[in-house]
Amino acid sequence: MKNQLKRSRWLFTSLILLIAILPGSAAAQGSDPTDDDVNAIAKQLYCPVCENIPLDACGTTACEQWRGIIRDKLSEGWTEEQIKTYFVDQYGDRVLAEPPRRGFNWLVYIVPLVIFAGGGVLLYRGFQQWRTVKPENNSRKVSKPSAKSDKPMDEYINRVEEELRKRSKG
Amino acid sequence: MVADIGFGSLIITLIVSIYGIGAAVTGEVEKKKAYILSAQQAMRLVFPLLTISIISLLYLMVSDQFEVAYVSEVSSRSMPVYLKVTALWGGQAGSLLFWSWLLAGFTSAVTLRKWDRDQDLIPWVIAVSLATLAFFIVLNVFFENPFNRIWQTPGGFVTAFSRPSGGIQIFPSDGSGLNALLRHPGMIIHPPMQYLGFVSFTIPYAFAMASLIKGRTDDRWIRITRPWTLWAWLFLSMGLILGARWAYDVLGWGGYWGWDPVEIAALMPWLSGTAYLHAVLIQEKRGMFKQLTMVLIILTHNLVMIGTFLTRTGFLSSVHSFAQSTIGPIFLAFIALTLISSLGLLIYRWNTLKSRQEMTSFFSKEALIIIAVVLLLGMLVTSFWGVMFPKISELVTGQKVTVGPPFYERVAAPILGGLLIIMVICPLAVWSYASFKHLGRLLWKPFIVSLAGIALPLYAGMTLWPAVIAFWLVAFVMAVNANEFIRRTRIRRKDQKESWWSAFIKVFKRNRRAYSAMIIHIGVVMMALGIIGIEFFQSETQGTIPEGGSLNLASYTMVFEKLDVFDTPDARNVARAVVTVNKDGKVIDELNPRRDFYYDSGQPMTIPGVRSTLVDDFYVILVDWKVVSAEGATFKVYHNPLVKWLWIGAWVFILGVVVATWPDKKTKLVPANSRISVRT
Repeated sequence: MKNQLKRSRWLFTSLILLIAILPGSAAAQGSDPTDDDVNAIAKQLYCPVCENIPLDACGTTACEQWRGIIRDKLSEGWTEEQIKTYFVDQYGDRVLAEPPRRGFNWLVYIVPLVIFAGGGVLLYRGFQQWRTVKPENNSRKVSKPSAKSDKPMDEYINRVEEELRKRSKG
Repeated sequence: MVADIGFGSLIITLIVSIYGIGAAVTGEVEKKKAYILSAQQAMRLVFPLLTISIISLLYLMVSDQFEVAYVSEVSSRSMPVYLKVTALWGGQAGSLLFWSWLLAGFTSAVTLRKWDRDQDLIPWVIAVSLATLAFFIVLNVFFENPFNRIWQTPGGFVTAFSRPSGGIQIFPSDGSGLNALLRHPGMIIHPPMQYLGFVSFTIPYAFAMASLIKGRTDDRWIRITRPWTLWAWLFLSMGLILGARWAYDVLGWGGYWGWDPVEIAALMPWLSGTAYLHAVLIQEKRGMFKQLTMVLIILTHNLVMIGTFLTRTGFLSSVHSFAQSTIGPIFLAFIALTLISSLGLLIYRWNTLKSRQEMTSFFSKEALIIIAVVLLLGMLVTSFWGVMFPKISELVTGQKVTVGPPFYERVAAPILGGLLIIMVICPLAVWSYASFKHLGRLLWKPFIVSLAGIALPLYAGMTLWPAVIAFWLVAFVMAVNANEFIRRTRIRRKDQKESWWSAFIKVFKRNRRAYSAMIIHIGVVMMALGIIGIEFFQSETQGTIPEGGSLNLASYTMVFEKLDVFDTPDARNVARAVVTVNKDGKVIDELNPRRDFYYDSGQPMTIPGVRSTLVDDFYVILVDWKVVSAEGATFKVYHNPLVKWLWIGAWVFILGVVVATWPDKKTKLVPANSRISVRT
C-alpha cells in the first residue's frame, strides 16, 4: 500500500514536471523560428501547384504562404514530423520529396533494386560463360577454318576491312 | 505574305520528304537507280526548303508582326532583337520547327558524303531519316503551326492559318513576350545544343536501321556514323551542361541539377548514348556485342522521342513545361511505331548479329567497359522508373506522389563511384587479355600518389567518409591518367631520342582516340569534384536584414549595403541589392543579386550575385525586400564548395570530345600500279 502511494506520488510529480516543461520548451522553440528553421522543413516539401520545385526555392505566392504556415506551426511548437504530417493530411503524399514507404509505393524502391540485381546476375553469368568458352576458343584459333563458316568472300572482305582500319588509324 | 511563304515552304518540304521516302523504297525494291538518285536529291532539298520557313518566321518575329499567333505569344516590342531571334525556340510551335530544321540540316548533310561502297545503305538511310523528319513537319503543319494567325469569330478568338467562317483577323499591337526564365544568355545556346544532340542521333539510328534491313553484319555503319555520333554526344553533353549552368544562374535555388522530369528526359538519351559510344568501342576492336550496340542506338533514338513526348505534351509537368499541347496521341503512335519496327527488325536479325569472339578476362578492357555500360543502363532504368512512377501510381491507386532528388541521388552516388573506379582501371587495361598482375604493376604508383586524396581531406578535418572516398577516387583517376600520359611519352622519348614535348605531341597524335578519351575522363573527374563539393558540403542560410546588417555563412560575412529599385528601357523593373562579401574583417568582393520583373510577361526572374573561386562559391539571392521599411531585405545565401570545378571539368570534357571528333587528315590512296616516270 505504502509502495503504491509512493509510486503514484512519483508519477504525479513527474507529470507536473512534464506539464511545466512542455509549454516552456514549446515557447523556447517557437519563440522566434528563423528563416533557416523554416527552410530546413520547406526543403523537404513540394507544393502541388509548382510541381518539382522544392518549397524553399519556390517564389510563388502559394509557396510563400506555405512557408508562412510552417513558421506559424513552428512557433506553436510543432515538430518537423508533425508539420510534414499536417501537409500530407491536407494535400496528400505528393507534398513529400519521396513516396512514403508503404503499400504500392514500395514498388518505386524495389523495382530498381530488382533490376540491378537482375543485371548483376546476368553480368556474372555472362562472365562465367565467357570464361568457360576460353579454351575452346583458343583451340578454334589453331584449327583450320571450316569452309562453311569462313567463305572466301568473307575472308576477302575481312582483309579489306582490316586494311582500311589500319589506314584510318594512320 | 511572309507567313504564306513560310507555311507554303513547310508544306512543300513535307511533300518532298514523303516523295523522297517513296522514291527511295521504290528504287530499292525495283532496283532502279534513278529513283534512288531522285530520293537523294529530295533529301538534299529539305534543308534549303525549311530554311525558307525558318527565315520567314524569324522575319515575322523581328518585324513585330503580332497578327501571327506564335509571334504574339513569345515576342514583344520591348524585347531586344537577339531575344526576338531566340524566341524562335521559346514556344512549342517554333521549337518544333527549329527541331525539324536542324534535323533537315543533318539529313541534307548526309547526302553530301561520298557513298562509294555503301550504296546499298542509301535508300534505307534516306527512308528512315526522311520519315523522322516528315513526322516532325506533320506536327507543325497539322497541330502546331507557327504561322497561324489570330481571328475573331462569333465563338471567340481562334488561331488558324486561313480565315475560319465569319472570322475577322486581329492585329494585336504588342505580344505577351518571352517567358522571363528564357531571357538569360544561357538560353540562347542551351536549347539549340540540346536539340542538336537530340536530332543528330537520328543519323546513326538511320544507318543502323539501314544496316539491319540489308542484313549487313559488319561494323561499317558504326564507322560511317562515328563522327556523327560523337558530335551528337558532344551537343547533348553541352546541352546538359549549359542547362545546368542556366539553372545555377537563373532558377535561384543554389544548385545546378534538380532531378526535374525534363532534366531527366534529357539525361536518359545521354546515358544510353554514352553506353552506346562505349559498347561501339568493343564492337570495333573485338567484333563483339553487335546486338547490344543495336539495342543501345535504338534505345537512344527512342529515348529522344520519349523524352520529347514526356515533356512537350504535358504528360509530365515540370519547370520546363513552357510548351504543352495536344500532340500527345500522335507522338505516342510514332514512338510505338519506331520502337516496334526497329525492335522487330532487330529480333529478325538477332542471330546474324551473334559475335564470334569471346570474352577472355575479367580485367580486359571489354569486360570493364561492359560493367560501365551496365552501370549507365542501371542509372537509365532508375531515371525512367522514377519519372514514370508518379503517373503509374496515379493510374493504379489514384494517389499522386512526388519522386524527388533523394530517390535519384541514392542511386546516382554509388553509380558515379562505380564509374570512377572503372575509370581508374580502364585506361591501363588492355583488350582481350589482361591479368590482375599486369594491372597491379601499372596501378601501384598512381595508387600511392592518390593516397594524397585521402590524406589532404583528413588533414583538413573532414570526417564525412563517403566524401573522403570520393576525393580519393578522384585523385586516383587523375593520377592514373597523368601517369599514362607521362609513361607513354617517356617510352617514345627513349626510343626515338626526341624531346619531351615532341614525344608528347607525337604520342598524342598517334593515339588521338585514346588520349581524347583520357581528356574526357579527366573532365568527368573534375566535374565529379564539383558535384562532391556541392552535394556533400553545401550550406545555406537565410535572413531578413536592414541596410548595414549582415549574415554569416561558412567563413564569410555578407553585409547588405543598399538596394535600388528602377525601371529599364527594355520594360523591366529591377530591384538590385549591393552587398559586400567579407572575410577576416576585410571586404573581398561586392555582389549585386537582383530580381527582374518583366512587365510584358508579368514574370519575375531571380539573378544571384556569385563570387566564384576554385575553392568555393558564395552565392547570394535577393528573396524579398520592402521599399519603405526598416526591415530591409531578405537574402538567401549559399556556400557551394568546389562547384567551379564542375564548370572547368565541363570545358575539359568538351575539349576532349572536340579532340576526338576532329576530322582525320585523309591519307591519300596511291594505286599500286601507278606509272612511275623513269628517266632514260
